[in-house]
Amino acid sequence: MHHVVLEQWSRRASRVHALDPRAKLVVTLLLLIAIATSPALGGAQFAAYAGLLAAVVLAAGLPPGGVALRAGIVLPFAGALAVMNWLAGDVARSVAILLKSYLSVFAALVLVGTTPVARLFAGLERLGAPRSLVLVLQFLYRYLFVISEQAQHMRLAAQSRGALERAPRRTRLRAPASAVAVLFARSYRRAEAVYQAMLARGFAGHVEPVAPLRLAGKDLLAAGAASGAILAIRLGL
Amino acid sequence: MCGEPLIEVVNLRFRYEDGTAALDGVDFRLSASETVALLGPNGSGKTTFLLHLNGLLQGEGEVRVCGLKVEKQNLAAIRRKVGLLFQDPDEQLFMPSVLEDVAFGPLSAGVPPEEALRRARQALAQVGMAEACDRAPYHLSAGEKRRVALAGVLVAEPEVLILDEPTTYLDPPGQRDLVALLRRLPQAKIIATHDVNLARALAQRAVFFERGRIVSDGPVEELIERFGWDTSAASGS
Ligand SMILES: Nc1ncnc2c1ncn2[C@@H]1O[C@H](COP(=O)(O)OP(=O)(O)OP(=O)(O)O)[C@@H](O)[C@H]1O
Ligand SMILES: [Mg+2]
Repeated sequence: MHHVVLEQWSRRASRVHALDPRAKLVVTLLLLIAIATSPALGGAQFAAYAGLLAAVVLAAGLPPGGVALRAGIVLPFAGALAVMNWLAGDVARSVAILLKSYLSVFAALVLVGTTPVARLFAGLERLGAPRSLVLVLQFLYRYLFVISEQAQHMRLAAQSRGALERAPRRTRLRAPASAVAVLFARSYRRAEAVYQAMLARGFAGHVEPVAPLRLAGKDLLAAGAASGAILAIRLGL
Repeated sequence: MCGEPLIEVVNLRFRYEDGTAALDGVDFRLSASETVALLGPNGSGKTTFLLHLNGLLQGEGEVRVCGLKVEKQNLAAIRRKVGLLFQDPDEQLFMPSVLEDVAFGPLSAGVPPEEALRRARQALAQVGMAEACDRAPYHLSAGEKRRVALAGVLVAEPEVLILDEPTTYLDPPGQRDLVALLRRLPQAKIIATHDVNLARALAQRAVFFERGRIVSDGPVEELIERFGWDTSAASGS
C-alpha cells in the first residue's frame, strides 16, 4: 500500500523533514508551476529539475529508487494523453507530457514523503487554504486507509474460499467487478463509522498538529535557496 | 461532576434511514458509579442505543446526560462527559501514530500540545501500551488496537464509560487484563456484551434488549438465568 510507505517515509528525521511545512509547500508549488510552464523542448530544464529533486531526495534520506518507482504511477494516465499527441504528430509534446507529469508527481511525493500529513494539513491551513478544502483532504486521506483495508480483507476472504484461482478467466473478471460495488458500500459504511468515532472524541472541524508550526530562519533560507534555483532553471539563467 | 441521575432516557425511538425500527420506546436510568450490562440478541438495538447517549444518533424521545439534554448546543459538553468505546477498534483509530491518536481528544478540546501528549502518554501507560507510542495503529494486533482505543477514551477523563463489546477479538489473558483494568476505573459504566462472564465480573445490574426495547431490568445473575444467556449452561444439563 503506497500511502503506508509514504507515511513511514514522512516520519523519518532529516533536515528536509524538519523544515516547516509551509516552506516546503510554497517551494513545491513554485516547482510545479515552473515544470508546467516549461517549453516542450526544454530537455536541459527537465534534467535540471530532476537533479534538484534528486538532491532533495538524497538530503532527506528517502530511497531514490522507491520514489522513482512510485512516481511511475502517473505514467498510465499521462501515457494515454502522450499517445494521442504522438498520433497527432506532435512527438515533442507527447514526450514533454510524460516528463512533466512524472516530475510533478515525483515532486509531490517528495513533499508528502518528508512531511507527516498532520503537519502538511496544518501548513495548508496556515497558508490560507480554505478550511473546508483541508478538511475534505483530511478525510480523503483517512478513507484511503479504510478503502484499501477493506479491499484487502475482501481479497483475502475471496482467496481463502478459492474463488479467484480456480474460476475460468471470464468469471474471474466478473467477480471483481461486482466486488467493487460491495467494496464501495462497505467502505462508505466504514467511513461513516470513522467519522462518528471522530465526533465522539470531540472532533471540532480540524485536526490539531502535535508539534506547533514555527517558521524559523533556516526555513526561510532553505525556501529562498530552493526558489532561487527553480527560478534560475526556469528562466534559463 | 454532575448530579443524579447520570443518564436518563425516556421513551426513545429511532428508525434508520432504510426504515428499520431499531429502538422502540426505551426507558433507562444510570446513577453515578453504577455499572450496567446491556444484554440481548444480535440486532436487538444495543449499539443503536449507545450511539444515542452522546448524540451520534438522535431519535424521538428524551436523552439527558448529567442533566443536559442531548441536543446540538450541548453536544460538545456531553461528548466530554461520555467516553464511547466502539464495537470495532479499527473505526476508532484514525490518526497516523498511536500517540497522536490518543492525543486527538485533548488536542481537539484545545489543550496545548505538550500537555495533550503528556496526558496521552499517561493514558497509554494506564492500558499497558506505553511502548507503542510511535507505532502506526493499523499495524497493531486486534487486542492492542482495543487497548489503544480505550486509552483514547480515558484520556478525556469522562464521567461515564460506554463500552460496546469490549472483549471481542481479545484472547483469554487479554480479556482478564481488560476486566482488571475496567474494575480499577472509578467511572460509571454501560457495557453492551454477549460475554456473560464479563457482565458478571463488572456489573451488578443488567438490562435485556429485545427488538428495540428493554424487556427486563434487574440483577445480572437473575437476567442471565431468566433468558438462558449463559453459554456454558446451555450445553450442560
Ligand atoms: N446503519 C444502519 N442502517 C440500517 N439499519 C441498521 C444500521 N445499523 C444497525 N441497523 C439495524 O438496526 C437494528 C439494531 O442494530 P444494533 O446494531 O443496534 O444491534 P445490536 O444489539 O448492537 O446487535 P449486536 O449484538 O449484533 O451488536 C438491527 O436490525 C440492524 O440490522
Ligand atoms: Mg452491537
